[in-house]
Amino acid sequence: MANASGDSVSLLGSSPSGARRSLVDRLDPRSRIVTAVAFSVVVALFNGFPALGLAMGLAVVAAMLARLRPLTVARRLAPVNALMLLLVAMLPWAVEGRALAALGPFEYTWEGLLRAAAISLKANAVVLALVVLLGTLDIVTLGHAMSHLRVPDKLTHLFLFTVRYLDVLRREYLRLRAAMKTRAFRPRMSGQTCRAYGYLVGMLLVRSLDRSERIVAAMKCRGFRGRFYLLDHFVFAARDAWFGTAALVLLVLLALVEWL
Amino acid sequence: MNDVLVRLRDVSFSYGPDRPVLGGCDFSLKRSERVALLGANGSGKTTLLALIVGLVRPTSGEVEVFGKVRAREADFHEVRARAGLLFQDADDQLFCPTVAEDVAFGPMNLGRSRHEVHEIVAQTLQSLGLAGYEDRITYKLSGGEKRLVALATVLAMEPDVLLLDEPTSGLDDAATQRVVDIIARLPQAMVVVSHDRALLEKLTTRCVRLVEGRLEPVDPGAPKTG
Repeated sequence: MANASGDSVSLLGSSPSGARRSLVDRLDPRSRIVTAVAFSVVVALFNGFPALGLAMGLAVVAAMLARLRPLTVARRLAPVNALMLLLVAMLPWAVEGRALAALGPFEYTWEGLLRAAAISLKANAVVLALVVLLGTLDIVTLGHAMSHLRVPDKLTHLFLFTVRYLDVLRREYLRLRAAMKTRAFRPRMSGQTCRAYGYLVGMLLVRSLDRSERIVAAMKCRGFRGRFYLLDHFVFAARDAWFGTAALVLLVLLALVEWL
Repeated sequence: MNDVLVRLRDVSFSYGPDRPVLGGCDFSLKRSERVALLGANGSGKTTLLALIVGLVRPTSGEVEVFGKVRAREADFHEVRARAGLLFQDADDQLFCPTVAEDVAFGPMNLGRSRHEVHEIVAQTLQSLGLAGYEDRITYKLSGGEKRLVALATVLAMEPDVLLLDEPTSGLDDAATQRVVDIIARLPQAMVVVSHDRALLEKLTTRCVRLVEGRLEPVDPGAPKTG
């Protein structure tokens, strides 16, 4: 994870340092989440190239304002585009229209290619917007912002606990794997291998359950009675109002381009 | 209010019929006392601490803490607010993403105001030499740091009694020294579980050992066994 996180893109890191805080970093996380969700929903409904192109352009401008490094962004978009390549390769065979190539009875059509391109553009615009607006938040802040936005407590807690214990679980898994390896375990196509992996997963589950019980005990010891209090409070500043208004106006304009 | 903070009377506990842990255990902890709790692995030391704060209930016998007999879950809410249990594994104790939030968790549950909590967090961390750790991510701390932060989360609740379950296990010499120095300076009455004789001699005033589910006093000069 470490190599993927540039200065301002911190998936599991702490907040970006004060010196490099960009325009986007200074926005209230809540307005960023709301904007990201609104943008994703609206753009997902678009089909026309003008609106999609503009949406993509907006996302790129936002990425520049957030001072994201092109390489970091490319790395984030790579998995999406791998999927999109598959789409470009497959979808045009299934759409009727002007044939560009043929393989036996199947035709690779221009219309299909256009549709695949539109979907790719859509996906890239949405993911880029998410990278800019949410990827620059650290996960803890994201959890808190979710909680402030009245996302159900259970979901937020689940999210924050997952973040906290993912690494503990991973280390437990690695310890168990190491224990297997030191006794010369090598995966083979055999019943014994399957059984060993079964034990590994089972052990991981049992240990997690045990640990969760100890964590509940630790929480009880510190007076937990079913309610979490948040230490951080966010400030909705004038710049958030400006940002929200601008985002709203731009989204409406995009919608007009698409549907008028 | 009398001087006895914790008293266990004829307490028994078992994890199922074939796994008795404590059988007829008597124990008391007075104000300003520091008791070392010894015993072989699996002899029930951790269970004894868990009984005091009501994480498990005795199968028979009586648990009296801060002058009142405690039997139901609600009885133990006050106990937990005033008795700080330090867990063996700091990863169990630190469950919030950042240090500040973890330290704040207890005081917040006790209903302190946001302003007070910020002050408590800063002060507690400062007193443990952890100033500036507020925004550190808990799972990225080293073992020694985790133990100290776990201690901070306990101390932030300003407990009257400390129950320390192997506070130095798994730490290197430097980290052990640091933890020991800090514990030695604390004013609270405490029960310390450890296998480290040198540590216990330095920290405690009295020594007891769990043998077959009962506590027996240990002569401090006696040679090391178990």
